[in-house]
Amino acid sequence: MSDLQTPASSPAAGAATSEAPSTATAASNASSAQAAGGRTFLPRNTLLRHLLVLVLCAVGAVILLESTDLGFNAQIGYVAFYAIAAGGLTLLTGLNGQISLGHGALMAVGAYTTALLLDVEEPLPLIVIFLAAVALTSVVGAIVGVAAARLHGPYLAGATLALAVGLPGLALYFRSFLGGEQGLTVSSPDRPDWFVEGIRTLSGNSASGVKWIAYIAVACLLITYFLLANLMRSRVGRTWRAVRDQEVAAELAGINLGTWRVLAFLVSAAAAGLAGAVLALVVRLTAPTAFTIVLSLSLLTAIVIGGLGSLLGALIGSALLVFLPRVLRDAGESLDMDAAQAAEISYVVYGVILVLVMLFAPAGLVGSIRLAWMKQRARRAGARTGG
Amino acid sequence: MAAATVATTLAACGGGDSGGGGGGGDSAENEASDIGITEDSIKLGAHYPLTGVAAPGYSEIPTGVQAYFDFVNANGGVNGRQIEFVYRDDAYNPTNTSQVVNQLVLEDEVFAIMSGLGTPTHNAVTDFLNSEGVPDLFVSSGSRLWDDPEEKPYTFGWQPDYEIEGKIIGQYVAENFPDAKVGLFLQGDDFGEDGSAGARQFLEDQIVAEETYVPGNTDVRPQISALQAAGADFILGFNVPSYTALSQLTALQLGYDPQWFYSNVGSDPVLVGSLLARFSEGAISDASLLDGVLTTEYIPGVDNPDNEWTQLWQRVWEESGQEGELSNYRAYGMSQAYTMVQALQSAGQNPTRDDLVAAVEQAGSEWQGPGFAPFRYSEDKHAGYSGMLVSRLLGEGSEELTPVLVTDNGDAEITEAENEPASPPESGIPDEEPIN
Amino acid sequence: MQQFVNLTLGGVIIGAVYAAFALALVLIWRSTRIVNFAQGAMAALTTFIALSLIEGGQSYWVGLAVALVAGLVIGAVVERVVIRPVEGGPELNAVIVTLGLFIAIQALISVLFGVNQRAFVAPFSTIGFRAGDFTLALSPNTLFTLGAVLLVMVGLIALFRFTRVGLAMRASAFGQEVARLLGVRVGRMLTLGWALAAVVGSLAGMLIAAEVTFVAPTFMDSLIVFGFVAAVLGGLDSPIGAVVGGLLLGLALSYVRGYIDDTLVGLAALVILVVVLLVRPGGLFSTTQTRRA
Repeated sequence: MSDLQTPASSPAAGAATSEAPSTATAASNASSAQAAGGRTFLPRNTLLRHLLVLVLCAVGAVILLESTDLGFNAQIGYVAFYAIAAGGLTLLTGLNGQISLGHGALMAVGAYTTALLLDVEEPLPLIVIFLAAVALTSVVGAIVGVAAARLHGPYLAGATLALAVGLPGLALYFRSFLGGEQGLTVSSPDRPDWFVEGIRTLSGNSASGVKWIAYIAVACLLITYFLLANLMRSRVGRTWRAVRDQEVAAELAGINLGTWRVLAFLVSAAAAGLAGAVLALVVRLTAPTAFTIVLSLSLLTAIVIGGLGSLLGALIGSALLVFLPRVLRDAGESLDMDAAQAAEISYVVYGVILVLVMLFAPAGLVGSIRLAWMKQRARRAGARTGG
Repeated sequence: MAAATVATTLAACGGGDSGGGGGGGDSAENEASDIGITEDSIKLGAHYPLTGVAAPGYSEIPTGVQAYFDFVNANGGVNGRQIEFVYRDDAYNPTNTSQVVNQLVLEDEVFAIMSGLGTPTHNAVTDFLNSEGVPDLFVSSGSRLWDDPEEKPYTFGWQPDYEIEGKIIGQYVAENFPDAKVGLFLQGDDFGEDGSAGARQFLEDQIVAEETYVPGNTDVRPQISALQAAGADFILGFNVPSYTALSQLTALQLGYDPQWFYSNVGSDPVLVGSLLARFSEGAISDASLLDGVLTTEYIPGVDNPDNEWTQLWQRVWEESGQEGELSNYRAYGMSQAYTMVQALQSAGQNPTRDDLVAAVEQAGSEWQGPGFAPFRYSEDKHAGYSGMLVSRLLGEGSEELTPVLVTDNGDAEITEAENEPASPPESGIPDEEPIN
Repeated sequence: MQQFVNLTLGGVIIGAVYAAFALALVLIWRSTRIVNFAQGAMAALTTFIALSLIEGGQSYWVGLAVALVAGLVIGAVVERVVIRPVEGGPELNAVIVTLGLFIAIQALISVLFGVNQRAFVAPFSTIGFRAGDFTLALSPNTLFTLGAVLLVMVGLIALFRFTRVGLAMRASAFGQEVARLLGVRVGRMLTLGWALAAVVGSLAGMLIAAEVTFVAPTFMDSLIVFGFVAAVLGGLDSPIGAVVGGLLLGLALSYVRGYIDDTLVGLAALVILVVVLLVRPGGLFSTTQTRRA
C-alpha cells in the first residue's frame, strides 16, 4: 500500500496518460478512450460521446427496470448506491492514488443529512435535499482530505479506517438528535403523478414506491457517472493522474500536489454523500450499524475486483456486492443446507472468490478483459507491420 | 379469482383432517386467499443475524421457530395447511435487513413476516412492510417502536417492552431495597435507554451512577470500575447474556461484590452458567457466581425444567431432530411460533393478510399460551406481553419472588395479574376459534 | 483515586493486547510491505484450535504450543499460495486478497466451531492483587500478558537488529533485486516473515482471548481496527512503536470509557491518530528508526 502514490509496477514512465499500459495497473483501467481510439461509431468529442452513452444507458435502464419484477427493481436500488460511492472512490484511489477505508463514514454523513431533512412537516424538494447532502459531505470530505493529503499508504489507510469506526459513534452519543442505535427512519418521498402516469403508459406496470425509489437511484447513478466520466477525461483528470504517477514532475510543472489531492477527496466525498442519500431512501433507515467498517471495505473490494480506475468496473463490482452473496446463499440452500449454514458457507466461498479474482485477474474484471483485448490488437498490429 | 381456485381445490383434503384446525363447524374448502397462502401451505418469512457479531445466541431462535412449525406440520398443519418458514441472514445490518425483507416480500412472496430480530434492523423494514400491507408480527425486540397502530397498523410487538420491564424492576427494588445505592449498567441502545427510563420512575433518587457499553467492545473494566468508584452497592443491568458473564467476572477481578439484578434478556442462567462454569475449574473458585442474582421472567425457559411448557418444548425439540440442546433462545422461538399458530387459527380458514392483523387485534389479548401475563393487543395497542415476575437465580434454576405483575407504558399502575398461568393443551397445539 | 488507578491499569492491559496484535502487523509490514487484514481471522482460527484442545482436557500450554505451530504453518502456506502471486503487483490487490482471506477464514471458523460464545480460561489467576483496602485491576494473568508482549517486542528488535536472518528479511522487503544480488533467498525470507508474523499473531490471539474471557468467531474484530491504529500510531516499521502506540491507545480509550462514554471510543481513536499523524505523518517511531537500523 505504501506505493499507491507511485505505482512501482507502472512502467509508463514519463507519460502520465499511460498510452500503452502493459501491466496490470490502475492506469490500464483509467483511460479507456485513448487506448480504444480506433472506435469510429462514437463521436470524437468527449462530451458528446458521453452524452450519447448517457442517453443509451438511460434507455437501457428503463427497459431493464420495466422488464423485470419489483424484487429485481429493489435490488437495482442497492446496486445503485454502492456504485455511486464506488465511482467516487475509484476516482480517488484509481485516478489520484489515495486509499480510503473511510468512505462508509462519508456515506453516513449524506444519509443522516437526508434523513434529518426529510423528517419535517413540509420537506424540501428531494433534489434540494440531495444537493444539501452532497454539499455537507463534500465539506466533511474536504476536511478529511486536508489531513489525508499529508499521509501516504498505510498511514492514510489507518486514519481513514479510524474515521470509519469513529464517526458512527457520534450518532450514538448524540442519540436524541441522531437517533442512537435504532437510527432514524426515512419516510419514503411521495410519488409524483407524472411518474405514475408515465409508467402506466410506458409498460402498464403499477408504479409502486419501490419502483419510484429504484428510478431515483438509477437517475442519481447515471448523472454521477456522467459527471465523473467527464471529469476523469478532462484536464482535471489528467492532472490527478499526474499527481499520482509523477509527483516530482507534476510539482515542477507548477501543480500544487496538496490542493489537487484535497480536491480529489472532495469530489469523491460528494459522490459518497449522494450514495448515502440514495441509501437512506432505499434502506428507509439510517443507523450506525449500517455504516460499519464492513461497508467501507466492501466499496474498496468493489472497485478493485471490478477494475481499479474504471467506472464500469466500479459498477460491475457493486453489482457483485449485491448479487454474489445472494446467489451463493441460494445455491447453498438449494443444496439442502439450513439458512445459517448456507450463510456461513456463502461467506467462505465469497472470500475465496475475492482471492481467486485477484490471483487470476489482477487488473480486476474490466481491466483484465481490456488487457487481453489490447494484447490481441497489439499482436495483430505487430503482425501487420513486422516482417 | 376465488371461484377459479375453488374449482381446483376439490381434490384437496378437507378441513376435517386438520388436527390443529379451529372452527370445526366450518366445512368450506381451503382457498389461496391471499399472497403467500395456497390451499395447502402458508409461507412465513423472518430475518435474523445468522452470521457476524450478533449471531451468538440469536441465531438459535429460528431453529426453535422451525422446530415448532415442524411439530405443527407433522400434526396436520393449520387448517390443513403446512407452514413454510423462510428465514434469512441479515448479519444485524439494516441495509442487509431491508434487502432480505424485500426479497422475502417481493420474490418469495411470503404471507407475513414474523419474529424479525433487532431494533435497528427491523426498524428499517416496518415502513416498507406497512406500505405493502404485509403483516409484521411478533418482532423479536422489546423496543416500543412496534406499538404504533396509527402509523404502523401491520406491526406488532411480542415480548414485554423494556420500559414496562424497567418499571416493574424499579418498583420491586424501591420497595425491597430502599437503601440501596443503585448503579445502572446499560447496553448503549434503546434496550438500555428504555429500561433505564422505566426504572427511573421509581429509583431516580437511589441511582448513583449510570454506565453504558457498546456491544462488541470486550473491555468493561472501565465501566465496572466507575460503578465501583461511585459507591453503587446494587447493580441493575440491561445487557445481553455475554455481558452478564463478562460483568460478573470483571467485578470478581476487581473485588467488587454488589447485589446484581439483570433484566430478562441478560439473565439466561443456563447460558451464562455454561459460560462461567469453566472458570470454576480454573483460577476462580466460586462455582455459582450467579446464585442470588435477581432477574425477571415472562415465559418459562430451560431453567424451569419442571414447567409443562418447557417439557413441551423439550419434546418438540427432540422430535425435530436438529443439532444441539434446547436453549432459552430456542424456547423463545417456539413460544413465538406458538403465538403465530394461534394468530393463524384466529384469522380463520381462508384468511387475508388483513384478517390476520384483525385476528391479533381482536383475539390476541385472550390467547392462553406460555406467557405468564396476557398480551396487550387491541385495535389501539400493538404491544406484546403486559408483564412479568421477579425471581432469584439459584444454581441453574430460579425461585419466584413476586406474583406476575402487569402494567402498561407511561405512568400506568403496576398490578398483580388476574389470570392463572395456562397449561399447554394435550396435543401441544393451540386450538383458537376463528374471529369471523 | 481507585478508579483512576484501575482505569490506568486496565488501559495498560488492553493496550498490551493492542500492542500484541500490532507487533504481528509490524512484522508482516517489515517483511513484505503488506498490511494483513486477515491477521485477526488467522489468529482467531488458531485460538479456536487451541481452545478445542483445552476444552478436550489438554493444558493451556499444550493449546498454546499447538496454536503457535498452527500459526507458523498457516502463515507460511498463506504466503506461498495466495500472497506470493500478488507480491510486487498493485498494492491494493494484496489488500483485497487479505480481505478475502479475512472473510473466508472468519466464516470457516463459524462452520468449524459454531457461532456461539465460549469461555476461555486464562492460564493464571485473573483475580486482582489487593493493595490495602482495594483491589487492583492487575492480576497474575495480566502480568503474564504484559511480560509476553514485552518479550515478543524485545525478540523482534533483536531479530531485526542483531541477526543475519533479520537483516535479510528487511533487505528482501525493501529491495528485492538488490537483496537477490547479494545472495539473499528472497522467497524464503518472505515466507519466513509471514510465518513468524502469524506465530506472533497466534500468541496475540491467545493473550487477547484470555483477557476478553469469552470468544466467538468475531472476537478479534474490534482488535483488528485498534491493533492497526496502534501500529500506525507507532509507525508501522517499529516494534517499539507498536508497543508504545498500543499502550497509548489503550490508556486513552480506557479513560474515555471510564470518564466520558463508550460510544466515543472510536472517535477518540480517530482524534489521537489524526493529531499524531499531522505532527508526524509516519507515526511516532517511524523514519529515524528505519534509517538508522
